[in-house]
Amino acid sequence: MQMRFNKDAEAGPRNLTALKKGESGILERIDLAEDAAQRLMELGFLPGHSVTRAHSAPGGDPRVFRVDGSEVALRRETAVHLILR
Amino acid sequence: MNDCHGPAVATLPPPETSGKQHVVAIVGPPNSGKSTLFNRLTGLRQKVANFPGVTVEHRMGRAKLGHLREIFVVDLPGVYSLQPRTEDERVTHDVLAGTMKGLPKPDAVMLILDSTNLSRHLSLAAPILSLGLPTLVILNMADDLHGRGGEVDAKELAKQLNTPVVLISASKGTGVEKVFEFLNAAPQHLPPKPPLLQLPVLQDVPKVRDWAANMSRRTNFRAPAPPLWTRRLDGIFLHPVVGPLIFLLVVIGVFQTIFAGARPLMDAVAAAIQTSGKWIEATMPNTPLRSLIVDGVWSGVGSVIVFLPQILLLFLFIGVLEDSGYLARAALIADRTMARIGLQGKSFIPLLSAYACAVPAIMATRTIENKRDRIATILIAPFMTCSARLPVYTLVIAAFIPEKPLLGLFFGTRAAALLGLYVLGFLAAIITARLLKSTVLKSTRAPFILEMPPYRWPTMTSLALRLIDRSKVFLRRAGTVILAVAIVLWVLANLPLHDGKAPPIGDSIAGMVGHFVEPAIRPLGFNWKIGIGLITSLAAREVIVGTLGTIYGIEGTTESMGLQAALRHDLTPGGAAALLVFFAFAMQCMSTVAVVRRETAGWRWPIIQFAYMTVFAYVFAFLANRIVSLWF
Repeated sequence: MQMRFNKDAEAGPRNLTALKKGESGILERIDLAEDAAQRLMELGFLPGHSVTRAHSAPGGDPRVFRVDGSEVALRRETAVHLILR
Repeated sequence: MNDCHGPAVATLPPPETSGKQHVVAIVGPPNSGKSTLFNRLTGLRQKVANFPGVTVEHRMGRAKLGHLREIFVVDLPGVYSLQPRTEDERVTHDVLAGTMKGLPKPDAVMLILDSTNLSRHLSLAAPILSLGLPTLVILNMADDLHGRGGEVDAKELAKQLNTPVVLISASKGTGVEKVFEFLNAAPQHLPPKPPLLQLPVLQDVPKVRDWAANMSRRTNFRAPAPPLWTRRLDGIFLHPVVGPLIFLLVVIGVFQTIFAGARPLMDAVAAAIQTSGKWIEATMPNTPLRSLIVDGVWSGVGSVIVFLPQILLLFLFIGVLEDSGYLARAALIADRTMARIGLQGKSFIPLLSAYACAVPAIMATRTIENKRDRIATILIAPFMTCSARLPVYTLVIAAFIPEKPLLGLFFGTRAAALLGLYVLGFLAAIITARLLKSTVLKSTRAPFILEMPPYRWPTMTSLALRLIDRSKVFLRRAGTVILAVAIVLWVLANLPLHDGKAPPIGDSIAGMVGHFVEPAIRPLGFNWKIGIGLITSLAAREVIVGTLGTIYGIEGTTESMGLQAALRHDLTPGGAAALLVFFAFAMQCMSTVAVVRRETAGWRWPIIQFAYMTVFAYVFAFLANRIVSLWF
């Protein structure tokens, strides 16, 4: 089910996948199930905080994001659910 | 990640102090240096243990406090919070709350945080302090913090939190004496007063994070400059072109280590075992006891101990990769490829390790948080061509395939056959992974999240402790399971006595068992002697080589032949092909079954896995026999 929304999400609100390397954005919300969202928040993906796109794996997926003093890699399928302001 | 600890469940001796056991728990987020501190405090006086009914393991150790006093230190899994969402978090929560079976409630807690990332890591202080246990807050990596121009006022933080705070560098050892002081006084510590800044509602992550940020601001925390070296190195290791090349070099390096690098050491060990065996044979009188020790114990256990250098080298490699931080990058690079077979980047290293041995590989799957991905990885790992298959492959290939060059001098028919067997195992793993991930182990929506730790120099202590730990586990296995099998086989091959002498092998108990299973394996082209080998190799694959050696050595027609010639006498080419295919696919390894049972906390998965692999092996061995018999 979740996969089917990916295309819509990409066309919809601006999310983490829109960030180019070195670019930053302010996180607005996380459109994921409670557990996953909480885990991401613990790692620093907090609404109102800045997220910077860093390196990526060859081929561009997964990508590394710099948040709150640490670097965390997310797959594209997850990153599209992190909506930017 | 604690990939390198043995399958044995440890029971610790009672502490040397009289009266109540005093336990202090170490808690902290992943990558905060928990294990480094734990190693500093306990050294070799540590063991890995499992809590009953859960797959999460913890390490227990004794810290020497002087005057013959010791205190138990328990190293808990790395967590970001105490909200019991993952098994790691639940275990940590239960231990600290004193509700974990088999462990008394800790007398005190040591909360270890990465001082270079204080504002985020302090979030864990909120749930820990709310437990009301005496707590020492340890700000680790002080050297890194100061080196990058960061600053924190530990005294002020202690005042704010109302609990002692120390600034240390666990890897360098600076400040560790203050941790010992805390441990020394652990039984007398009083519960802490609440922090000056009221604790937030723990379920509300943003509130907890705000509390932590406020707290670090009050202590004049100055965040360090970004880790320049880590960024520079990532520029290379995650470079779109150079990165994958280095990754390939690392993979090839691991392979070389497993095969070529370990070879001289393995030869040396083999020679030592042989020489000592001959010495025993020469010094002991010719009695059944000598036969038991030389033919049974020495050759049986020796054939397994030979693999120790290989396994240690592999673990040294993995240890360096993991402690340096490169492993996370490797997982990142491998993720896309692994995703194609339904797995993820974190499955890559366990599967690579499985080329040495499935047992450590299965233990290495602990880094995979997604439970279904983890089980899928565990289930396919034994298909990878482990080093225990090599003696079997080498023997059969050498006996049946004439050496002819195919591509130049270095790649002949035998190397091609060996490579083909590696490919077979790999294909079986992929097919099984796809099958599992599209049916019973379809992934939940848990996202793939991988934290990239900064690069660090691996410390010798931590590497040495890993290797010592591995050796202990491996030798324990050789000294128990494999020793037992060797003795039992020897006894069964020498009973019942005929006129006070050992019977012909065909009339021995082992021979009778072989004859009993023969009808089942005849379609594969195997006779009763191979049947005995298949049964003994249930203990460990390479045991079949020793078993066949024993049987052919005892039996009249093959007595004077070498093992290869005897095998040619006994097997058709079809049967030989079937034997190779059977060993490529079957789960002939008790240690693997045991470790899967432990890691999946039950008999369900190991039984399914064993049945699946055996059926898979039987079917394809049957086909191999039929197909090869058409030509030869």
